[in-house]
Amino acid sequence: MSVAPLPSNLPVLKPGDYATNQDVRWCPGCGDYSILMQTKKVFAKLGIDRSKTVFISGIGCSSRFPYYMNTYGIHSIHGRAPTFATGLKLARPELNIWMVTGDGDALSIGGNHFMHIIRRNVDVKILLFNNKIYGLTKGQYSPTSEQGKKTKSTPMGAPDYPVRPVSIAIAAEASFAARAIDMDVKHLEYVLERAAKHVGTAFVEIYQNCNIFNDGAFEYATDKATKSDTTLYLEHGKPLVFGKENDKGIRLHAMNPEVVSLREVNQDDLLIHDEKTPEPSLAFLLSRMRYPDFPEPLGVFRDVEHERYVNLVRKQNEEAIAQKGPGDLQKLLTGNETWTVE
Amino acid sequence: MTTTFDPVQAPPAQSNGKTVITLPSVTVRFAGDSGDGMQLAGTQFTDTSALVGNDISTLPDFPAEIRAPAGTPAGVSGFQVHFSSTDIFTPGDAVDALVAMNPAALKANVKSVKDGGIVIVNEDAFGEKDLKKAGYAVNPVEDGSLKCYRVIKVPINKMTTEAAKDSGLGAKDIDRCKNMFALGLVYWLYGRPMDSTLGFIERKFGKKLPAVAQANALALKAGYHFGETAELFHEQYLVPKAKLAPGKYRKITGNEAIALGMITASKLADKQLVYCSYPITPASDILHELSAHKNFNVVTFQAEDEIAAVGAAIGASFGGALGSTGTSGPGLALKAEAIGLAVMTELPLVVIDVQRGGPSTGLPTKTEQADLFQAMYGRNGECPIPIIAPASPSDCFNAAVEAFTIATKYMTPVILLSDGYLGNGAEPWLIPDVSKLPRITITHPKESNDASGFMPYKRDESHVRPWAIPGTVGLEHRIGGLEKQDGTGNVSYDPANHEHMVRTRQAKVNGIKPAGTDILWTGPKKGQILLVGWGSTFGAIKAATLELQKEGIAVAACHLRYLNPLPARLGEILKAFDHVLVPEMNLGQLRMLLRSKYLVDAKGLNKVRGQPFTITEVVHGAKAVLSGEVEIAVKQDSTSLDVSTGGE
Ligand code: SF4
Repeated sequence: MSVAPLPSNLPVLKPGDYATNQDVRWCPGCGDYSILMQTKKVFAKLGIDRSKTVFISGIGCSSRFPYYMNTYGIHSIHGRAPTFATGLKLARPELNIWMVTGDGDALSIGGNHFMHIIRRNVDVKILLFNNKIYGLTKGQYSPTSEQGKKTKSTPMGAPDYPVRPVSIAIAAEASFAARAIDMDVKHLEYVLERAAKHVGTAFVEIYQNCNIFNDGAFEYATDKATKSDTTLYLEHGKPLVFGKENDKGIRLHAMNPEVVSLREVNQDDLLIHDEKTPEPSLAFLLSRMRYPDFPEPLGVFRDVEHERYVNLVRKQNEEAIAQKGPGDLQKLLTGNETWTVE
Repeated sequence: MTTTFDPVQAPPAQSNGKTVITLPSVTVRFAGDSGDGMQLAGTQFTDTSALVGNDISTLPDFPAEIRAPAGTPAGVSGFQVHFSSTDIFTPGDAVDALVAMNPAALKANVKSVKDGGIVIVNEDAFGEKDLKKAGYAVNPVEDGSLKCYRVIKVPINKMTTEAAKDSGLGAKDIDRCKNMFALGLVYWLYGRPMDSTLGFIERKFGKKLPAVAQANALALKAGYHFGETAELFHEQYLVPKAKLAPGKYRKITGNEAIALGMITASKLADKQLVYCSYPITPASDILHELSAHKNFNVVTFQAEDEIAAVGAAIGASFGGALGSTGTSGPGLALKAEAIGLAVMTELPLVVIDVQRGGPSTGLPTKTEQADLFQAMYGRNGECPIPIIAPASPSDCFNAAVEAFTIATKYMTPVILLSDGYLGNGAEPWLIPDVSKLPRITITHPKESNDASGFMPYKRDESHVRPWAIPGTVGLEHRIGGLEKQDGTGNVSYDPANHEHMVRTRQAKVNGIKPAGTDILWTGPKKGQILLVGWGSTFGAIKAATLELQKEGIAVAACHLRYLNPLPARLGEILKAFDHVLVPEMNLGQLRMLLRSKYLVDAKGLNKVRGQPFTITEVVHGAKAVLSGEVEIAVKQDSTSLDVSTGGE
């Protein structure tokens, strides 16, 4: 197979080309830094055009992101980033739109819009920084905080049941849903690249450590000693295997997943990951797997093709023009029934 | 299809010896159950009256519940149309002829009928059960309680069934044609041609449901011929053509006019219109109308909620399109935060509020003007927004074009305050010549405006920032809801910068020049009393002013189309009159603005009954002020109102 060489006069982009002149104001040690860095790397690698890219965010620590990317950007209002992104995409389908949000922004105040931007397949890349806490408002529990979580607003423990972002995305008909961790930079870069290349809305949950208000929330998944037993890297077409010695797997028992030892069970009996299957049940089932009962899957849960919303909308306009001809304003204003006063 | 009518005024039948009386103007109201097709009958009567050359003004009045219990007063739907041989400004104070399809419709509407007026009742719907549902103990048609009217009993159900029996339709479907029978009868009574409605029936049902078309046409004709031949009417009435300004006219409602105005603005600006809305009464028709014109490359977006609608509109504006959202009062409340973002980011946006009775869900299908304060002040922080209020249904077209002109010229959200009465009401519209409309000029910068790099908040002499859009190389910039440093647009918490920005945003709005007429004036420039109005009260106030002038009173009407900023010369205008009266369908919102800004002792004439002012109410209010009365409650048959001072 021969690949045409890239024209040599194209500027080679570096991650630094996407930086703005603004000081980055996240707390030192915050997981957001890593996400920003990997995003810039992916952008440089893919040669993404800054002038045709727009970052849109809501409110929260993560939502400062647009200020640090030298593209177009809107730091909007709490929970509503999907609405601005949708309107912008409708007006300018050719733009490359990324949305940055958090667990509070997307799942609490913005829960409604979150569902709709995904189900419509608006063709926006959504990065949800999940740190299981409200950072900007200084440490209240969030919709992803575990039950019993003690915070300033829940001194006796949070009574709420938490939600799982990937489960919601899949239930909302996501055409692409994935998960990564701030600390595993190589894998994060891989997932972001996959999201960037997906045609349609791509949803990525990123486990992000808030070292100020919820330090160590994902330690189980990042600690070298435990992470191979607590996480499972998804690979399309491969059996679900995990563990330090790749000695454990996930098997389907009736309708439920179960952890089995490969010392006792044949690898052929394991669940095979299929991110392309039109039916979202497998992806949903994987999204339900939670530490400590299961390893938590990382990678791409689902990557299927749906027609993009903006194309469907534009097609209707084209059809209307084909049927009725391009609008004649004078005719429109005149209407069907007129009378003349001499 | 364009049908240009040559108005047919000569009554078709003189032969049966009925007297023909010519009247300057007439008000008819069709009333029935919400399933009786009264809105359709009223609309058809309006269309025909417009086509024969009358001036028209309409007042549709329907229940909030789609399925209110049949036959009860809660389920009554009405449509009033005023048609005239002279210029008219309102849908008419008192009704000359009422069609009551059942006892509930009679009960809810008969008080509006003039003494000696005609009341046509469908006697087939006056059974014991029907009377009970309407809350009548005895049949009002029989007990003499209607003796001041000319009550005409017509067996509308029976006659409709008889007329359409050969159409092949079932009894239930035939019954649904009784509105056409009633319409036919009223057509005869006022000597109107049936052609337009027959054409409508054919277009609507002809191909798909020929039996339905036939039944409706038969019922219409039967109603007409019944009037001609039955011995119930001894007179027929004619209302000659109105002497409107020469030109080509059509009928238009306020909501249609807004939609057409938006499409026109998008053509004049050569920009894509992106209209984002969530269904809400009485604004949904704007979304419907625009959705029907996708061949103008209009993008319509039915959002998941009111906030998403305004957010999407702002997103579209950021992309360089004409972003707009439409709603009613409760929706405007939900959009408040996002509108604040549009003020902060200084992006163009047109927000349409077709006001209805409030607070909360209030009276969804009834009109009110109580969102003026919400439009002015209903956001956090100092958040000024220009406000335009159309004065009549057709004026909604101009207001929409002006709103986009100002939004794009000054990089600001604009609120267009319509109301339910304007939105659903109709009037003749002198169709504008597109080639004569002024273009809307918009420029997007292509190059940086500063040696140090692009400055998104570097302003021109009117304090307007550049509208740089994504896709432009070198002008990448970030905007948002946090306070901006003037010039660079970078986030700034500097106290002096914040004060500077708050004052600059205010100064920008204060300096806005109107894009159309800011004041509609009637009468002399000084005198005893000035009536100041805004929005849909225009017609009633103007007509009342003309009546008062006939009585020798030195009165003028000053109707404000621009409410923010108020016209610069308004302070002087107010001082030239002994008294200032502000009729409003709220408890005195404009009055309070005028009192606080101009220290003028403006009095209020305030009505919040979900119905527009009648001319008489305004006349009485003005006279009460002139006679020095301070607190008067004027009671009328159908309405009551209060004159109060601005002090409370
Ligand atoms: S509060 Fe937490 S999430 Fe926010 S910047 Fe600091 S470390 Fe990061």
